[in-house]
Amino acid sequence: MSINGQAYVVGAYEHPTRKAPDKSLAQLHAEVAFGALADAGLSKDDVDGYFCGGDAPGTGPLSLVEYMNLKVRHADSTNVGGSSYILHVNHAAQAIAAGKCNIALITLAGRPRSESQQKGAPQRVDNPVQPDFPWEQPFGMTTLNAYAMCAMRHMHQFGTTPEQLAWVKVAASHHAQHNPNAMLRDVVTVEDVANSPVIADPLRRLDCCVISDGGGAVIVTRPEIARSLKRPLVKVRGAAEAIKHLAGGDVDLTYSGGARSGALAFEEAKLTPADIKYVSVYDSFTITVIIQLEDLGFCKKGEGGRFVADGNLISGIGRLPFNTDGGGLCNNHPNHRGGMTKIIEAVRQLRGEAHPAVQVANCDLAMAHGTGGLLGTRHGSASLILERE
Amino acid sequence: MSILSNTLPHHPEVQPFWSALEEGRFLVKGCRSCGRVHWYPRAHCPFCTSAETEWQEASGRGTIYSYSIMRQAKPPYAIAYVTLEEGPTMMTNIVDSDLEAIRIGKAVEIAIQRQPDGDVLPMFKLA
Repeated sequence: MSINGQAYVVGAYEHPTRKAPDKSLAQLHAEVAFGALADAGLSKDDVDGYFCGGDAPGTGPLSLVEYMNLKVRHADSTNVGGSSYILHVNHAAQAIAAGKCNIALITLAGRPRSESQQKGAPQRVDNPVQPDFPWEQPFGMTTLNAYAMCAMRHMHQFGTTPEQLAWVKVAASHHAQHNPNAMLRDVVTVEDVANSPVIADPLRRLDCCVISDGGGAVIVTRPEIARSLKRPLVKVRGAAEAIKHLAGGDVDLTYSGGARSGALAFEEAKLTPADIKYVSVYDSFTITVIIQLEDLGFCKKGEGGRFVADGNLISGIGRLPFNTDGGGLCNNHPNHRGGMTKIIEAVRQLRGEAHPAVQVANCDLAMAHGTGGLLGTRHGSASLILERE
Repeated sequence: MSILSNTLPHHPEVQPFWSALEEGRFLVKGCRSCGRVHWYPRAHCPFCTSAETEWQEASGRGTIYSYSIMRQAKPPYAIAYVTLEEGPTMMTNIVDSDLEAIRIGKAVEIAIQRQPDGDVLPMFKLA
């Protein structure tokens, strides 16, 4: 069974807050849920499927379904970190195609900024008996140095340069200047990135994403319902996921699970990377973008540095406009999870609702792709291809 | 350097590793069925699923696959992936070395370290 054409994204909402000291986590989830429902022209009582990730407070979906007073007959709380929500669109489309639900709500929210969580801090342990724990945590592994080791290896193996990494940030900042909600709206140069302090070699401060509160939600539904609503039609053409890890010590940090999830999504969509007009790609760090763009097939493995250089990711200038909201590097990164905002900006681009300064002309095919967990250890990759009908 | 306070969970599955390390011996797990050595140590071989895995003393020699120096830490420290002579690549720290001399491909050797909290950890130094 293929989900190509079986489901549509009919509602999308990004919370405007970037710091929410006076809101509860459940409240943020509800605000994005109700925002996405209003965008779709639906009410909460239309929802019969609910999807959430590890950011949801309580046991899986239970507390939030109660808090929002939903009546669902299908739920999925698969947690693969920041890519969870892209994966959830895939799972929602499958559930819809199988008749398990009609209107699926997916939410993300978090307030790490208000809670003063720093990503330089040691990784949070999901489970005290997590088997990898004693083999990594005592060595001071953090999100920062785990990604930094991927960058170091990529530079060693392929000759990728710090300036090429910097171009990813430069492109994101060009987009963020047009987003009034973005945390960092100043356009930066390659020199600005190179002059920012080294955090974990070779990554500098401006190679890293922001820490923000906020959240987002999307609504997925079946074709008949989508056509009855008043919003532009955004069809799911293909979706896939993959989990990559350290493979019993057979370690290769130069590629991500996107190599597999991307190929499978393109196969389902019957499309190739050359067909994609806009890509939302997870940008926890500049290196994350380079490795994923290679893995998705937008350029060959090892050529990502050259591909992103010279403004090639800037809308209106480059060949592959990316993260036109400013992405995690400049806009927001709610709960340290960037997958949801990747979907939302792709939907805006396909609807023609992105900021006019960054709107891609004739944007009929877009991709949203994410990595959850750590590129440098284990992660879940999720790829989603959407089409404006 | 350890960021933990003697909280390393030593399950029976891997207790022999930590006991040997206390005695200054660095063990890895190999598989009698397929012959491959894996990391981190498991009861079942992650390559062929066989339960016929056995502890073996490793040479303690390897090369740096990748690394990063955490500059914002005080003092800075080096995390690394080291590819062991026996095959698998493991996460570790490079210690007792000039951090600025660390490069991918450089040879390293085991440097077992006792942490202030009492934990003993398998770290490496430039050879």
